[in-house]
Amino acid sequence: MRKAVIIGAGMTPVGEHWKLSLRDLAVEALLKAMEDAGVDKVDSLYVGNMVSGPFVEQENLGALIADWAGLGNIPAVKIEAACASGGAAVQEGVKAVLSGLEDVVAVVGVEKMTDAWPSDATRYLAYAADAEWELFHGASFVALNALIMRHYMKTYGYTEEDLALFAVNAHANGAKNPYAMFKRPIKVETVLKSPYIADPLKLFDASPVCDGAAAVIITTPEKAEELGVPKEKWVEVAGMARAIDTINLANREDLLTLKAAKIAAEKAYKMAGVEPKDIDFFEVHDAFTVMAALSLEALGVAKKGEGAKLAREGQIAIDADYPIQTMGGLKARGHPVGATGVYQTLEAVLQLRGEAPNQVPDAEVGLTQNIGGTGSNITVSIFRRV
Amino acid sequence: MARPMQVSRYWRHFREKYRLIGGKCENGHVFFPHRGVCPVCGSKNVEEYEFSGRGKVLTWTIVRNPPSGFEYYKPYPLALVQLEEGPVVLAQLTDVDPEEIHEGMEVEVVTRKVREFEEDGIILYAYKFRPVLK
Repeated sequence: MRKAVIIGAGMTPVGEHWKLSLRDLAVEALLKAMEDAGVDKVDSLYVGNMVSGPFVEQENLGALIADWAGLGNIPAVKIEAACASGGAAVQEGVKAVLSGLEDVVAVVGVEKMTDAWPSDATRYLAYAADAEWELFHGASFVALNALIMRHYMKTYGYTEEDLALFAVNAHANGAKNPYAMFKRPIKVETVLKSPYIADPLKLFDASPVCDGAAAVIITTPEKAEELGVPKEKWVEVAGMARAIDTINLANREDLLTLKAAKIAAEKAYKMAGVEPKDIDFFEVHDAFTVMAALSLEALGVAKKGEGAKLAREGQIAIDADYPIQTMGGLKARGHPVGATGVYQTLEAVLQLRGEAPNQVPDAEVGLTQNIGGTGSNITVSIFRRV
Repeated sequence: MARPMQVSRYWRHFREKYRLIGGKCENGHVFFPHRGVCPVCGSKNVEEYEFSGRGKVLTWTIVRNPPSGFEYYKPYPLALVQLEEGPVVLAQLTDVDPEEIHEGMEVEVVTRKVREFEEDGIILYAYKFRPVLK
């Protein structure tokens, strides 16, 4: 079977880009990634994006971005899997390379969220939930995660303070990432004093509404060699999988198990031939602090109900056993929804090349996990230094 | 918020949203909302099933930053209610002081206004849950 390697990566800072449009952001990240890889053309483009239609009245992003980046008449499509759109787009790009149909593939994740009013943004994000049975009743995405958070705390006896530690860790790491939206460390009190947006979930338990784009270039080792890309730049896509769960939170078998993540992780570990203990760092989907805890459990890093314990025991910092959110995660780097999975991929690439601003020492294997919906659509990918 | 043109989109679910009608498959699995394929066993032999409307609060929140269209109602309590027949339903709680809401609270279904659109727009009604009246 063919192998896939990432040979180029580029991104824009995450933030409120009042002066830049969706296409500006995507093209900037894409051209940077191509320059990084040293390629001036690609066989196809996959765009990870969640809700460009409602946010900026623009669909057909494949044509838009390939056209404006000057990529010619290549095949180009948008891949949508809610907030996991970026992770899914990367995996579709890898599949295209592995299939042998395409040799050099570009993937860009982009989201432009700050052009909308906040309450409209809240509505558009809830499109990832079940429109007829969740949004209909006034459920926002934050509210659905708050339902999970309260249940998690009640079931396992955690406090708001315990979960706040995930936000503190993310900000500590994000402070060193020049591309992060929030480059300031915070304290537990900062989280606890922030206002409730859906009790018990507070403003600082949640990732921000923001804009950003990230891109990667994927090819085979043979082609990378032919293109003259130095080996230090190659990062292998060692394993990947994804799975879905019920779209409606109420229909879950167990509110506190990210079953889709569990299934995807087991497959990805098997494909890569590794176990959780072999992974040097984890970029998990901490759109809300409770999701970081549930993710660690689903990925097999912590036992069920013990995800938050890892934060309490200091095991998630850069120099600890299970570093997570090495460049700030969704919480501090920012969560431009459809772009997030590509940012995670790119951050894994930088870590494995040894180029991360917040470097995990001797990182050889990294894992990214990207959640769409309230756990309804999840991707897990494992990357290895070549 | 744009006016909903498709009244049909809402009346398609009148029975489920007014009377809490879900489904029951040939193997006895009950679920809500109604669907053509049983989510437990995959059976396609599914009948309508009307729930009693009694249940308990499994978990809850207070929505303070609602999606557009719901600003007028904020803050409002939202909960996952486990029906006595087993399935879980997401709905707003009503006729309750937020201070009184707790996990395990016994509730019963009522029909209430969920949302209205502009002056000449439609009004949406559906199930909400209130504490059981003694």
